[in-house]
Amino acid sequence: MSFINYSAREISCKIVYYGPGLCGKTTNLQHIYKKISPDSKGKMISLATETERTLFFDFLPLALGEIKGFKVRFHLYTVPGQIFYDASRKLILRGVDGVIFVADSQVERMDANLESMENLIKNLKEHGFDLEELPYVIQYNKRDLPNAVSPEELNDALNPRKVPAYDAVAPTGEGVFETLKHVAKLVIMELKQKS
Amino acid sequence: MLNPGLVLFEEDSRLIDKELKKLNELARAKVSFLVDKDGQLISSMGETGDIDTTSLASLTAGNIAATGGMAKLLGEKEFSILFHEGEKDNIHISLVGQRAILVVVFDDRSSLGLIRLRVKRSVAALAAVFDNLAKKIEKSNAQEGGQSPFQEITEEDIESLFG
Ligand SMILES: Nc1nc2c(ncn2[C@@H]2O[C@H](COP(=O)(O)OP(=O)(O)OP(=O)(O)O)[C@@H](O)[C@H]2O)c(=O)[nH]1
Ligand SMILES: [Mg+2]
Repeated sequence: MSFINYSAREISCKIVYYGPGLCGKTTNLQHIYKKISPDSKGKMISLATETERTLFFDFLPLALGEIKGFKVRFHLYTVPGQIFYDASRKLILRGVDGVIFVADSQVERMDANLESMENLIKNLKEHGFDLEELPYVIQYNKRDLPNAVSPEELNDALNPRKVPAYDAVAPTGEGVFETLKHVAKLVIMELKQKS
Repeated sequence: MLNPGLVLFEEDSRLIDKELKKLNELARAKVSFLVDKDGQLISSMGETGDIDTTSLASLTAGNIAATGGMAKLLGEKEFSILFHEGEKDNIHISLVGQRAILVVVFDDRSSLGLIRLRVKRSVAALAAVFDNLAKKIEKSNAQEGGQSPFQEITEEDIESLFG
């Protein structure tokens, strides 16, 4: 959950990248890390296997600037997408303020996308969250691949609520900041509403 | 939203800093810090200079979350204390109520016995601060909206964050 510190004049929010294995969650964070100026970011931590699959989480703290005299921090996390890491995935959702669902656009990953989406809804529920009420955007990643499904089809399958959805090619950065920016905006608007 | 986020006011912050400072001195520890269970750093005291406390906070919360998950699988409620022993530095981690985690880093200038004793006292004191805080927030929610600085946020404010 967001943390408002009146003494340090800081506010921190937690954003989680969710999605099936190999859909590009870690690549999103790596791109953000690469592009953001050193004074706005902390160290990126990746708890990964020898083969660079996320084992527990990736973590990237950002301090982008100030709003109304408060320093705004975003803590970005990715979950491990592989099915058998479900217990860890659930833990990362603790205290989440906003979710980015990264879908893999490849036709052969459609089942994996759907399964991960259901898993997200179920795991959020266990923390008492409802995806429908949470700041939430979707990213259709791997748009560069020839076997990518059309955005319309992806929307039909994964986005019945028509939340904001962005096309992306994470390794080149296409769509990466657009996605983050949108969810960050939703998170801050939510804070405003709650206050 | 179900859970309200953590809100820390100046006087609570002062109380927490004071308690941590006392703990760090009396326990002869290197660093003592307090982390929110969601992974955000609340306060740190001691030789924090070359330590990346933001990362440490996130990993501490992950560690507590993971052992909490293990406890559940075993039918335990939770493991309220964790201890990691290194060649030079050791880490003592303990839960403070439902909300926070106290982490003490120490070397051979102190001892596990001393750390345990001092931590126990500080955990009680810190838990009281959080209880108080919870009550205070409940009360202010019951009154009216309060005067949060975020009521007047505009789209432009948010845009400006991303330059
Ligand atoms: N062609 C292409 N490859 C991508 C894209 N995004 C990610 N990849 C590649 O896909 C592979 C997996 O990416 P990761 O970011 O590690 O995937 P992940 O979602 O973190 O996977 P887990 O950690 O297992 O959950 C890497 O080799 C990336 O380079 C994309 O948009 N296009
Ligand atoms: Mg990953």
